[in-house]
Amino acid sequence: MSGSKNTTTNIILVGVGGQGVLLVSTIIAEAAIRAGMDVKTNEVHGMAQRGGSVLAQVRFGEKVYSPLVWEGTADILIALEEVEALRHAHFLKKGGLAVVSAQRIIPVTVSSGKAQYPADIEARLARAFSNLIVLDALKTAHGLGNAKAANIVTLGAASRGMSALESHWNGAIEQCVAEKHRELNKRAFKAGGEYSK
Amino acid sequence: MVRNMKTLLTGNEAIARGAWEAGVCAAFGYPGTPSTEILENLAKRKDDVYLEWAPNEKVAMEAAIGASYAGVRAIVTMKHVGLNVAADPLMTHSYVGSEGGLLICVADDPGQHSSQNEQDSRHFARFAKIPVLEPADSDEALRYMRYGFELSEKYKTPVMIRLTTRVSHSRSLVTEGERSTPKTANFERNPSRFCPLPVWGREMRKRVETRLEALRTETEKSPLNSIEWGDKKLGIIAEGLAYGYVKEVFPSASILKLGWAWPYPDALIREFAGSVEQLVIVEENEDILEEHVRAMGFACKGRDLISGIGELSVPKLLTLRDRLDESNNSEIYTVPAPVADAADLPARPPVLCPGCPHRGLFFALGKHDVLVTGDIGCYSLAVFPPLSRTDTILCMGGGFSVAQGIDKAGEKRRVVGIVGDSTFFHSGITGMLDVVYNKGKSVLVVLDNRTTAMTGHQDHPGTGTTLMGEPTTAVSIEEVGRACGMKKVATVNPYDLKETEKAVSEALAFGETSLIVTRAPCPLRTREPVGNRRSIDSSKCKSCLACVKLGCPAIEVTEKGKKPAINEELCAGCNLCEQVCAFGAIAEVSK
Repeated sequence: MSGSKNTTTNIILVGVGGQGVLLVSTIIAEAAIRAGMDVKTNEVHGMAQRGGSVLAQVRFGEKVYSPLVWEGTADILIALEEVEALRHAHFLKKGGLAVVSAQRIIPVTVSSGKAQYPADIEARLARAFSNLIVLDALKTAHGLGNAKAANIVTLGAASRGMSALESHWNGAIEQCVAEKHRELNKRAFKAGGEYSK
Repeated sequence: MVRNMKTLLTGNEAIARGAWEAGVCAAFGYPGTPSTEILENLAKRKDDVYLEWAPNEKVAMEAAIGASYAGVRAIVTMKHVGLNVAADPLMTHSYVGSEGGLLICVADDPGQHSSQNEQDSRHFARFAKIPVLEPADSDEALRYMRYGFELSEKYKTPVMIRLTTRVSHSRSLVTEGERSTPKTANFERNPSRFCPLPVWGREMRKRVETRLEALRTETEKSPLNSIEWGDKKLGIIAEGLAYGYVKEVFPSASILKLGWAWPYPDALIREFAGSVEQLVIVEENEDILEEHVRAMGFACKGRDLISGIGELSVPKLLTLRDRLDESNNSEIYTVPAPVADAADLPARPPVLCPGCPHRGLFFALGKHDVLVTGDIGCYSLAVFPPLSRTDTILCMGGGFSVAQGIDKAGEKRRVVGIVGDSTFFHSGITGMLDVVYNKGKSVLVVLDNRTTAMTGHQDHPGTGTTLMGEPTTAVSIEEVGRACGMKKVATVNPYDLKETEKAVSEALAFGETSLIVTRAPCPLRTREPVGNRRSIDSSKCKSCLACVKLGCPAIEVTEKGKKPAINEELCAGCNLCEQVCAFGAIAEVSK
């Protein structure tokens, strides 16, 4: 965050359609509301959801006007796929926190031989981000019994960049997650938090 | 921590909430991104409101107008291109005028996130001479609904609520209220009021202008338009969400915020423009406001410094800021570009999902030298490699009629016209009638996945369920085809490649037009895999890549030269890959 004039926190979330990006943005927004802040989020619907790149955004602070985070201003980038993290790296401000789930989803353009998935993606991520957490969220989520919770594991790791929301995560997860998945998601969030320590 | 009393809603949820609070009785629409979720959310109040997905936007508009004539509050929802379809009733209803409040909720798509063009619906409002309200966020979206209904009833005019993708699909905090008591339907017979025969229509024509004058007076005192005085060196007039971007970039400028977008409050504009040194207009899409301000005689900046192509954004306004302040050369803003390491990243375009029932038909078409005229829906994704099996896309229903034009122009190759099931009922039937009656020979295909899939799975006249959740008669596409004169009608299971290929070959061999219906439900809607997932036995795989040519996201080749493998998280078990493998390398994974 940059001084007293602009106290808005900007977060962008990226991944591939179907990975649960929207749930992560909803939980962050709910936590920010509980912390008494103004919030705006944005998400994509329609054609982009059919297996394409997905970008969601959350902004919270005293008063928020634009629902969109613009290039070079994100405080935190949360990525559920490695190529998508790099594709959106320029949204992060200098020194901003990047939290990347070490998942690779092969685009059809690679399978059909039109493009290549970079073999050195991890080295590239290390070059692109000075403040980087890469975690095997999928493995952690598998260990907890449901691979689909990888998104919440990643959120748990990213939560250290949102200290203002610290006491509101449990309440937000309870509010946003269906009852039968609540305990799993709380454990996933906690397990993610361990990564950043 | 006490939770504050506000709720986080998307713009579309807020429109639904605002309609309900204002006592709306009837709601009609046709799905279209980014407008779809308005009716889906209002449907949670189906005990209070009658709702329906109409076959198309014209029907929805006419039905909403009928509800208004009966005296109740009604809304109709659609995306911008849907308003083209509904333009006919809109233009004349402007003459006849509303009785119960009528709000036309239209969602534009600047930037074409999910649309074939980025037309500006405000042109239609000006064309029809009806007022437009343009909320900047969800709270305004909710409040403008009640205001809009009151305006509509006071002046007997339909009112347009103009939304954009970023307003419809952004969440922000709203203050919710109670529902007002709805009006009761009671149509008052009065032919000279409701029938625009020339004798009465000419009088209505005059009343449109009188109404417009009255609206011009009303907008001057509307709370939706307001001046926020700041530094008078720079004054910005901003409409809708443009206001939000302006506040981020020019926090100290004077701003005239317009929530009522047309007709414009000339006296307010004059007061504002006359008080600031430099005047700038910020609006999304077309320069309708700017043209108006210039016509009033005020010099201003706008489109000369900031492009109207694509959506408005904070970076665009940061560039504008630098261009306005020519003396400040030290801090020119440039939008940060993707990092150098991202230059060669593989693109990730949207694709047909694993298990998509449309894939089989496009794969079968790949075996013939035919032209394929496509339509609007998930199947438009078949234009991309590796399927590459669509040659034209135009508009809803165009898949059939464009085929007829190419065929009748004398094109030597056969043409295959394609529409989806919802599109067939929307406007495909008339195109089919044209092909049959005028003796075309195109093969017409309806890709029937039992839902309106692209917009998130809404029912349509072929599914047998209403938006109220009631069972109803499901219309048979095949029977409609026969009733229209189709002599040859085939129904195939698109997961059976042999059956699908046979139907295509037979249709092409048939000398006249014929109809093929490929039928299998969208697995995203059923939320069930199509079958047991498949895997590739790498010892049998010869790397011929026949399976990869299906364009299924579950079949992955991690790098050139490697053998394909099936991603078990993604595979939906549709079995197409097993059918195309000549070496028996793909088989079911038993549980």
